[in-house]
Amino acid sequence: MSGHDAPPTVGVSTGPATSLAYHTGTWRTERPVYVELSPPCSLACPSGEDIRGWLGSTQEGAEGFEAAWRRLVAANPLPAVMGRICYHPCQTACNRGSVDEEVGINAVERFLGDTALDEGWALPSPAASSRRRVLVVGSGPAGLSAAYHLRQLGHAVTIREAAAEPGGMMRYGIPAYRLPREILAAEIRRIVDTGVVLECSTPVTSLDEAQAEFDAVVLTMGAGVAHHVDIPAAAASHIVDAIDVLRDVASGKPPLLGRRVAVYGGGNTAMDAARTARRLGASDAVVVYRRTREQMPAHPTELDDAVGEGVRVQWLSTISAVDGPKVTIERMVLDEEGRPHGTGEYEELDADTVLLAVGQDADLTLLADVPDVGVTDGVVAVDPATLMTGRDGVFAAGDVSPGSRTATYAIGRGARAAKAVDAWLAARVLPAEPPAREATTDRLNTWYYSDAPKQHRPELEAARRVTGFEEVLAGLDAEHAVFEARRCLSCGSCFECDNCFGMCPDDAIRKLGPGMRYEIDYDYCKGCGICAAECPCGAIDMIPEVR
Amino acid sequence: MTTVHIPFLQTGTLAVGGRLLDDAQRSLQSHADRPSSLTKGHRACQGCAEALAARWVMDTAVEAAGGRLVVANATGCLEVFSTLYPESAWKPPWVHSLFANAAAVATGIAAALHAQGRDDIRVLAQGGDGGTVDIGLAAVSGMFERNDDVLYVCYDNQGYMNTGVQRSSATPASARTATTPAVGRNPGQAFGQGKSMVKIAMAHEIPYVASATVADLRDLEAKVRTAMSIHGARYLHVLVPCPVGWGANSAESISLSRAAVQSGIFPVIEARAGELTDVQRIRERAKVEDYLRPQARFAHLFRPGGEDALERWRVLAEANIRRYDLLGGAS
Repeated sequence: MSGHDAPPTVGVSTGPATSLAYHTGTWRTERPVYVELSPPCSLACPSGEDIRGWLGSTQEGAEGFEAAWRRLVAANPLPAVMGRICYHPCQTACNRGSVDEEVGINAVERFLGDTALDEGWALPSPAASSRRRVLVVGSGPAGLSAAYHLRQLGHAVTIREAAAEPGGMMRYGIPAYRLPREILAAEIRRIVDTGVVLECSTPVTSLDEAQAEFDAVVLTMGAGVAHHVDIPAAAASHIVDAIDVLRDVASGKPPLLGRRVAVYGGGNTAMDAARTARRLGASDAVVVYRRTREQMPAHPTELDDAVGEGVRVQWLSTISAVDGPKVTIERMVLDEEGRPHGTGEYEELDADTVLLAVGQDADLTLLADVPDVGVTDGVVAVDPATLMTGRDGVFAAGDVSPGSRTATYAIGRGARAAKAVDAWLAARVLPAEPPAREATTDRLNTWYYSDAPKQHRPELEAARRVTGFEEVLAGLDAEHAVFEARRCLSCGSCFECDNCFGMCPDDAIRKLGPGMRYEIDYDYCKGCGICAAECPCGAIDMIPEVR
Repeated sequence: MTTVHIPFLQTGTLAVGGRLLDDAQRSLQSHADRPSSLTKGHRACQGCAEALAARWVMDTAVEAAGGRLVVANATGCLEVFSTLYPESAWKPPWVHSLFANAAAVATGIAAALHAQGRDDIRVLAQGGDGGTVDIGLAAVSGMFERNDDVLYVCYDNQGYMNTGVQRSSATPASARTATTPAVGRNPGQAFGQGKSMVKIAMAHEIPYVASATVADLRDLEAKVRTAMSIHGARYLHVLVPCPVGWGANSAESISLSRAAVQSGIFPVIEARAGELTDVQRIRERAKVEDYLRPQARFAHLFRPGGEDALERWRVLAEANIRRYDLLGGAS
């Protein structure tokens, strides 16, 4: 190649060879590998939503909203409802809580749910028909979820509902100021539009007849029967079940409660009842609860909202007698195990009406003459893995069966029941849920996440709230929803921040392009571990090198 | 200090890039087609921050110079690990002469290019703290004093690392090296010795002096760009943790740099014509222990008898915080 005509080799200092010939990867004792871990939000979500996934699509802005909603409804067909009433255990678990404030997952869920209703997005088309027929008894969250997922799997699904309107406790228990009825109706209509047959005012009275008509039955009757306690009461006393009051209000027949209302109990129904009493004109609504705030089963935000609306709470108190407008209250003390005991000290409280909210029982009338469907502790006993009852082909989910009595749990169990029914119909064994590896806070390098406050949903002034059943919490607009979604730390899942690629001293990471993430060049990677240490979201493991 | 303000997008300004950012808002290092001027296969130790800083600096300078960049390198780790005959890990034109004369070689290259009318070709000189603060100081000072058109970059790993971790005049007080063992009444490098090359450079009143670390890529890229936009003598001092010489885990090079800045031990500054013009504020205050404890060269500070030295470190950090207003309280 050399000769008099060759160009002068000015400025060439790279020498005769390049260091690329030398593979420094042989030095490695540990190798970095990209991993995909489960985030704490999804692990905490009873509905089993891929929260990190749908927040990730929301981050893209308007063009990502529909994809985000589709990832969301893959688990939960009622996002606009749950975006309002869910107690969001996901947010309690959120790792961002230790950085500044947890991500407002629930608010984004509601935004996506509302956007879908505005845009008229339809749920996915069901799979090809299986020619199998499944009956779902009851149309609460568990029933709707089971029906939706069964229909998605290609089965012909009928829901039979005893009440005039579908929705169960979402329709008759949760007040409209928390869940507007048109939102609930629209999301139920969307499920019906996938081909689910919904028959209201149609109580199921015989399980044998149901099984003769259908290949499988899912029991989701809920727990809408008020639990009762014995209180000595004079004839003129006005004692009613809180759940009945909520049901009457929801049915458009608000009862007369008087000016002073006492609510007995410490759960969410007690809070809803007290807040409803205020809206029905009670100037004084007192919750009587036998333990302390720490032990109260009501969600803290429910209590805060109630207190914000002027509801008073009488802690460590039981109602021992009711005599007309006079309620006798006994003061309680807690023993070392936190159990309340009477002190023998009494006081009086004025109340025109006493609302009982001391728990709800499962509705088991259908099972009165069906001994093979076992009942344990007041709920239908089920196999914990398959949710099948003592009778072949009969499954149960939601409040009528064991477990947490929340709508989100009911949705998750409804979906699980659908999978179990599908497996049973095909004579398959339902695979167990694969064990999850959690992306814990200690895996994160939070230095890289800018401080960004949560976008608080505007709340109605407390003074305006008690005048009616207007919705208390407003939604986020698109800009704030995107911002909120972008606060997600993407725990345990690479979101392409380029830290590993940019910070490798050995230039041993290849960037594969948008959505494709990265690839480690093990010919040159020396295994220093900087990529793993500086990965914000903990998506790189260092594992021992085996040669 | 970083001039680009990035709206909050999952990680804000602190990560290298981010899928939600516009291309223009990403750092050069986040681009798949970055120059990678210091390529794979170099023999730097695991976790070497000098290798990392050198690629960041060189890539940014190559881009700023439109690819027309010549580099003179002093003797030191950087030279040794990148050019084992017959191989080179450098992509730009690169020359090594002696330990002491990188600044003089760069001056000569700049003068020759100017004589040929090739002022479009830019010149960069680089070395470690040994080649800059100790052995090459006369040549560096001369280059500053004549205001030669060279960007001089010092990668400060605080000692002679490739020859077996001997002390330099940039080794911090109390640090253990092969020549300052952790024995006796005042173990490690003596307090009161050593010099600040950043202050020496500022005293020459050259057009641009800056310090940086590998804990803030965007800041470092911005400083190289600023330096490349100026003609005349410019100086950039980059703190580069050395896992071997400092006795630290190879994965900690970035986090140690971060702790050095956030504790006030290493001020990140910018100066023009001898005047301090900008400082990087502390974002999350760290303790001096956060920086010192992970390093085996300071292990004796955490044994009985080390309390005095540890207290002197706290005083030093406090003095830096006051002098450079690192907490931003003076305004």
